[in-house]
Amino acid sequence: MAEILYFGRLSDVTGRHAETLDIPVTITDTAALRRWLDERNEARGALLEKTVRLAVNSEIVADPHPVSDRDEIAFLPPVGGG
Amino acid sequence: MITLTDTPFSPSKALEAFQTRAKGAGAIVTFSGLVRDQASGSEVTGLHLQAYSPMTERGIEAAVEQAKRRWPLDAVEIIHRTGDMAAFEPIVFVATASAHRRAAFEAADFLMDYLKTEAVFWKKETTAEGERWIEPRAEDYEDSARWRTTDTETA
Repeated sequence: MAEILYFGRLSDVTGRHAETLDIPVTITDTAALRRWLDERNEARGALLEKTVRLAVNSEIVADPHPVSDRDEIAFLPPVGGG
Repeated sequence: MITLTDTPFSPSKALEAFQTRAKGAGAIVTFSGLVRDQASGSEVTGLHLQAYSPMTERGIEAAVEQAKRRWPLDAVEIIHRTGDMAAFEPIVFVATASAHRRAAFEAADFLMDYLKTEAVFWKKETTAEGERWIEPRAEDYEDSARWRTTDTETA
């Protein structure tokens, strides 16, 4: 099971801050994961935006980065500071 | 020391503790940031701040390390709120201690610019019109760019 986290406005878009789910075996990298979750959450492209960065196990990565079913994957919109 | 907390804190108590810890320093500068009650003309009734641990802490630690390389600092303390806050509540506390005031002032200013622009936080304001996630302001980036010197650009 992978843990998916949505930060900032993305939690409003998906309706949740976190979800635990089985990533299909056909989804092996962050680019494919974005497309799959965007469709699944009816996010209308919000998860595909270039300014939305992905972190795998709390390290920011560049697409496409490998993902597995044991990862914590976070969707990070631009940070606004405190 | 870096602390993220989802409960209210007292900047004056934080200063007292810091003063003990920084004993021997000739200068202490502190900055307290409070939640504003106004934003783009509308009254703010609440603020929500989200962090991503440990990424948020790691970023702040890196900024503190950068400040220590740049100025001769005896001690640094940062406290940052997360979660739900009301107007006028303390949101951030930065303290720097050094032998002389200039280094302490500049390092505190530098750290605040980092916290206001680059720190890993997402912010949501509640006004009479509803809730709104806040995107970075262009002038915040300019404030942060003031500190970009050759050594940080190549770092």
